Amino acid sequence: MDQHLLSIVLLTPLAGLAVLLFIPGRHKDLIRVWANLVGFAGFLISLPLVTRFAVGPGGFQFEEKADWIPSLGVHYHLGIDGISLLLVMLTTLMGFLSILCSWSAIQERVKEYYAMFLLLQAGMLGVFISLDFFLFYVFWELVLVPMYFIIGVWGGPRKLYAAIKFFLYTLAGSVLMLLGILTLYFQHFQQFGFYTLEISELMKLNLPLGLQQWVFWAFFVGFAIKVPMFPFHTWLPDAHVEAPTAGSVILAAVLLKMGTYGFLRFSLPLLPKASVDQTIVQVLAILSLIGIIYGALVCLMQADWKKLIAYSSVSHLGFCTLGIFSLNPNGIAGSVLQQINHGISTGMLFLVIGVIYERRHTREIKEYGGLAHVMPKFAVIFAIAMLSSAGLPLLNGFIGEFTILQGAFEANRIWAAFAVTGVILGAAYLLWLYQRTILGQVTNGKNLTIPDMNPREIAVFLPLIAWAIWIGVYPKPYFDILRKPVAEIVERVRPGYYGSGGVQNAGAQTGAGGQGPGAGEPVALVNPAAYSASSRTAKKSAGELSGAASSPAPGPQPLTPRAERAR
Amino acid sequence: MIDFSQFYTANDHFTIIPAIMLALFGCAVLLFDFLLFPDPRHRKYLIVFVAIAEIFTGIGLYKQQAWLASSGVSQFSGFSKSVMIDGFGIFFNWIFLAAALIVALVSYKYLEIAGEHHGEYYGLILFAQCGMYFLATGTDLITLFIGLELMALCFYVMVGFLRSDRRSNEAAMKYLLLGAFSSGFLVYGFSVMYGMAHSTNLADIAAEIAQRPAWDPVVFLALTTTAVGLLFKISAAPFHMWAPDAYEGAPTTVTAYLSVASKAASIAFLLRIFLGPLAAARDTWEPLLSVIAVLTLTLGNLAAINQTNIKRLLAYSSISHAGYMLLGLIAGNETGLLGISVYVMVYTFMNLGAFLVVVALRRANIIGEDLDDIAGLVHKSPGYAFLMLIFLLSLAGIPPTAGFLGKYYIFLALIQTKHYYLAVIATAYVAVAIYYYFKIVKTMFLREAEAKAPPMATTVGLRLALATSVVATLAIGIYPDPFLRLAQTSTSLFR
Repeated sequence: MDQHLLSIVLLTPLAGLAVLLFIPGRHKDLIRVWANLVGFAGFLISLPLVTRFAVGPGGFQFEEKADWIPSLGVHYHLGIDGISLLLVMLTTLMGFLSILCSWSAIQERVKEYYAMFLLLQAGMLGVFISLDFFLFYVFWELVLVPMYFIIGVWGGPRKLYAAIKFFLYTLAGSVLMLLGILTLYFQHFQQFGFYTLEISELMKLNLPLGLQQWVFWAFFVGFAIKVPMFPFHTWLPDAHVEAPTAGSVILAAVLLKMGTYGFLRFSLPLLPKASVDQTIVQVLAILSLIGIIYGALVCLMQADWKKLIAYSSVSHLGFCTLGIFSLNPNGIAGSVLQQINHGISTGMLFLVIGVIYERRHTREIKEYGGLAHVMPKFAVIFAIAMLSSAGLPLLNGFIGEFTILQGAFEANRIWAAFAVTGVILGAAYLLWLYQRTILGQVTNGKNLTIPDMNPREIAVFLPLIAWAIWIGVYPKPYFDILRKPVAEIVERVRPGYYGSGGVQNAGAQTGAGGQGPGAGEPVALVNPAAYSASSRTAKKSAGELSGAASSPAPGPQPLTPRAERAR
Repeated sequence: MIDFSQFYTANDHFTIIPAIMLALFGCAVLLFDFLLFPDPRHRKYLIVFVAIAEIFTGIGLYKQQAWLASSGVSQFSGFSKSVMIDGFGIFFNWIFLAAALIVALVSYKYLEIAGEHHGEYYGLILFAQCGMYFLATGTDLITLFIGLELMALCFYVMVGFLRSDRRSNEAAMKYLLLGAFSSGFLVYGFSVMYGMAHSTNLADIAAEIAQRPAWDPVVFLALTTTAVGLLFKISAAPFHMWAPDAYEGAPTTVTAYLSVASKAASIAFLLRIFLGPLAAARDTWEPLLSVIAVLTLTLGNLAAINQTNIKRLLAYSSISHAGYMLLGLIAGNETGLLGISVYVMVYTFMNLGAFLVVVALRRANIIGEDLDDIAGLVHKSPGYAFLMLIFLLSLAGIPPTAGFLGKYYIFLALIQTKHYYLAVIATAYVAVAIYYYFKIVKTMFLREAEAKAPPMATTVGLRLALATSVVATLAIGIYPDPFLRLAQTSTSLFR
């Protein structure tokens, strides 16, 4: 059972889809019940992943491997580590909830709708559990088609434009990524004499920095469009605003994470030299910061409730990428946690909009006001969602953002300074939104008669609220799960980071490496010797510096793995 | 008494069995058409003859393949080395066979509606396939040229098969004139080659050209003129002008056949020439072909964006596919050439499938070629809509459909041979292509249906053909290994 658990998780939506196709389209309620059952079953089946996941050992668990296309060296290889475990759980939960929340919102072409959702669910799960790059790519592309239809068929007024824009942007990025994949594939053949796309095999590659940089940029285009990072974010507001509620929820909660996951699973471990390259880190960090601040500023200007939340995703995902490219345990662990948090919080915010949109069929903020008087339950739930997104302590968003900021601070204090303004602006636009819609007197007569939330709608929120509070109050299990995989990534890109008592000794080790005090200068980065396999210590110090270039002394760093453990 | 045995030995016979079968059955169809089926309504039973013809052709191909495998030789020549059977030729002939059979299966209803259902149509399909046989197996300029003309003549007639339709007439005339013009270039190139080598045999010419210096003007002359003729046949830009008009005007079944089989045969022909006699001049033609390929991709993809006629749109898309195939030749390593074979195989099924859906759209009073005609198709015939979606996704190269695999090999080959810029350009056009393919999808799925359109014209043959195409498209995409091994047999030419 255990060795096929991931396959079962992956195939549940597909099996449900196969049965769904045989239910005649006129039995709408039967289709709804079935789709909800499949969604719920998918979530239940994924629960054993949590209970049986061993936190201690690193590496991949629940691995499955079989030949798929021997002529190409492609395998059906599944497996998860802590990072993918969290994302898989997020996917199965959000997938179920988004199916649940569509019950009354979708009245037309019901069968196709649920069929597309189940297909999407399988595609997203596949992305997070594939350990073969080919398999990953297949799922990655598979996700596009159902999402296109979900936006295009059941979306808002400009759905056609939004759907094709989403499709074109992501496809353009992913084909360039394919070129990067093929480059690695071919390099592996040249170095080892056989073709494979196994991630574990590709990690053995020893590539020159120049090539790594090219491949990195190819991957970057694919992943950054998906995240989306500034300046590739323009598809996101359109897609979010036009998509039906469940589509927005799943898009924000899960689909965007495919991009950040791609950075963590592929860019960093496969291209370690490029990932610590000073230029690349700087560019990525600056783009993240622009995303954080620009996204937040644009939010302040929005008159459309849903568009505001859409732009807030740009800002929040900026934190995630900033955490990743801080290239230290805090940054990366915080980034993964923040991805989950963003899934929960923004998922809830989109659900909130769905609830109100079903009642009033408008998303103009000025149409609302004083809803607390009419819909008290709604006001409470919206408040929790909003505060968790804004990063109130004891709710999930705070933990993620705090850890990321810690990581960013270790890497570069200026980054952290800019990122903090994003937090402030985030609180500003969310609180202001809440004030304009919920608080005050009811200004619009149409709002007086709308009913409060019904039990089904509340049921959709309860698991998310519970999860948000859990992460906010007691995040230790998450950091435990993440410690090992994050450490593997950090060790991969910055070899020796954890070595002999952590980074406090970095200065001393550099001295021992024969580089002298001069090694503290960023110049060491371009020293070709720093990349030769023989001088591991030199490489370490170089890697160290890429993160800590602006810190005055190469010596003590504020946080060590031990410090993290203590927290 | 002349002893014929020295002109026509058992060995010679063995090399052309499939072609003989095709020619004989083609004649038989013409004969039986008016002997057995004086009533036009019974003409559809001629399909049985086509099927039997293809079975015999298939047996011939299978015997050749089995013999090659058992005897361990990679190639076998007949008729003083003017015809050669090898893995390459046999592989392409399987593709022609599949295309011809599928097209024959779906044609009768379409032609009946058009009022032009004649027995010779099936004869022409078989004769054209006979010409293709020689294009894929010929190793002599004369044989190749006769094969080419046999195929082209059949297509000139078939494109103009709707005698009372002005578009069809115009298409046939355009195709004929431009085709003859390009054949002139081709023959001129052939004559220069003959002038150099004093032989029409490809191997002799190759030996002669290999001795000459890299930028020898005579070789260059032969190269460019031959290339013009060949590129015309595969509809590469800037020699593509005929394709959209011919595709649009021809009966849709013929368009399907033309776009798939004729293109596959021309690619086989092109590979025979470029990897045979012109292989030594690679340094000369590689940059030229690179420019042509980029031009073809650009023109095919950009021109397709604004089309409102589905056949015309697919015509431009097929131009762009020719560009991808050319890229495989430019890469020129084993992956690239295997990639062309895979691409041709994949393209056959997905493109046929897309055209078959258009065939089904032709109903009593609806031409069914306009984008508007498929508006809201998903409401009336969801099956067809989803089939079309699969074919279009495959044409665009989205996994897990077969089209992805074709592109995968081509891109891989470009990267292996360090043609990074070409690879980036080629991938960029994948995104462009998705835009116009999804114009069709958008019309089918997201627009409301026209008030009252009659149901789709379905026949058993059409369903069978569509099922075959979609199964092949998905099977090659999801479990490609057996198909890749089959394609691997075609690489005999390149060693």
